[in-house]
Amino acid sequence: MLGLSTAYLTLIVLIPIAAVVATSLEGGLSAFWEQVTAPAAVAALKLTFVASLIVVAVNAVTGTLIAWVLVRDDFRGKSAVNAIIDLPFALPTIVAGLTLLAVYGPQSPLGVDIAYSRAAVVVALLFVTLPFVVRAVQPVLAELDQEMEEAAASLGARPFTTFRRIILPNLLPAMFSGAALSFGKAVGEFGSIVLISGNIPFDTEVASVYIFKNIESDEPETAAAVSVVLLVLSFVVLAVADVLERRSRRHDA
Amino acid sequence: MRSRPGSRYGLRALALGYLVLLLALPVSMIFYYTFRDGLEPVWEALTDPAFVSAFKLTLLAVGIAVPANTIFGVACAMALVRRPPKHGTWLLNSLIGLPLALSPVVVGLALILVYGQDGWLGGWLTDNGIQVIFSKPGIILATIFVTLPFVVREVIPVLREVGTDQDEAAWMLGASRFQTFRRVTLPAIRWGVAYGVVLTTARALGEYGAVAVVSGRIAGKTETLTLHVDEEFLRFNEVAAYTTSLVLALLAVLTLIAMNLFKPRHDKEVADVDRRPPGIEALR
Repeated sequence: MLGLSTAYLTLIVLIPIAAVVATSLEGGLSAFWEQVTAPAAVAALKLTFVASLIVVAVNAVTGTLIAWVLVRDDFRGKSAVNAIIDLPFALPTIVAGLTLLAVYGPQSPLGVDIAYSRAAVVVALLFVTLPFVVRAVQPVLAELDQEMEEAAASLGARPFTTFRRIILPNLLPAMFSGAALSFGKAVGEFGSIVLISGNIPFDTEVASVYIFKNIESDEPETAAAVSVVLLVLSFVVLAVADVLERRSRRHDA
Repeated sequence: MRSRPGSRYGLRALALGYLVLLLALPVSMIFYYTFRDGLEPVWEALTDPAFVSAFKLTLLAVGIAVPANTIFGVACAMALVRRPPKHGTWLLNSLIGLPLALSPVVVGLALILVYGQDGWLGGWLTDNGIQVIFSKPGIILATIFVTLPFVVREVIPVLREVGTDQDEAAWMLGASRFQTFRRVTLPAIRWGVAYGVVLTTARALGEYGAVAVVSGRIAGKTETLTLHVDEEFLRFNEVAAYTTSLVLALLAVLTLIAMNLFKPRHDKEVADVDRRPPGIEALR
């Protein structure tokens, strides 16, 4: 069984990924460097990186807030709200992009038109990464012993102080782990961005769109080189997420 | 923390407001735009041969990717948990996790570089008259790639918790290997498998980036539902784009319901093990 599993993984994942790495190095290291440092590539990678960082920071706050409301608050329809948190996982990314364009595009019913701007990239990424921090923080918050908070409150700590000194330290590992997963998803996102960002080079073109354009215009070496940069980023993020998740688990026990 | 009602309502309003602006409002727009001009254009969009063929292709990709990755997922999890190899476990684990961390566009590129015309296997495939890229096999392969981790990752923790005592008991009582698997192992992991299958299906239905790269977008031939959305939108057929989106969104809601049904059972499956009667363990 192990042999068959390994063969399946090799044929479907390992060989294709090896082909990307090999193609990126076809012209040697200097050619690789040249492709990765081409102005358009740098601009795309920078936008991807900065937008993902913004998204992670926003998610850490809003995700924790939503988790808090879902665990500690009680109101009618809470279970429905809890269920739709996972919708961005289930909804195809192209549909997400289309609907965001309908609300935040030229025909916006709210009068908010951010289409074809960098803000649109951030909004699309916020949509697709919504569940990560919520779902990481929620179980930790639910397990948290409220006696500590009551003790702090009875000793005269204000609610915010209690949150900052007692609750937050307990949530941090889960927040980090959820944030790392958001970052990993944001860095590679394509479907939700492609319609709403306008894909303007040096402005709103993210790395995945840059790779896509280079595949379409038959520049596989360039596409592969930028892919390798994303690949390395993904690996780093996966490793970080793994470490943080283990740490947050140890915290639970 | 006992907070004042004012701050409680404030936090609730903030959280719900954020969800409405980011999630509820955009998703409800699908309904509005689909039915804005009445039912007739919707019916037209649903009976358009390009839509029908896209629907069929999506079903085909799901129909192959889900069983393939379910069989692989269970087999691979059994191998990794029950008979872990001495070396290379970390490599297998990272290969399993990789599709989740990769950009879908990179997945598409990777497949082109191996199975495309100028790819590593391109010459051999062409000589044998097999076209993978810009054809249905490529779309199926891309779908398998991006959905590969879901079943394995759900089954591994359950198998770890379940242990091997019951299997050994069945084996000692004379059950064959297949009987042991079907009567003992499978019932113990069934909700984990079910949850993994739902996640796999959701992702397979909605995959866009990887499929967009390898499809070549031949309408009526290599277009999936997600590609059809994009294609119709770019051709200014808004109703067709939103109608297809609505179909995909309804499928997403179905998978969401299934997720919410299976998740608690799956979690319980992992947690229950500790509370099992001592039975076999007590005999040791």
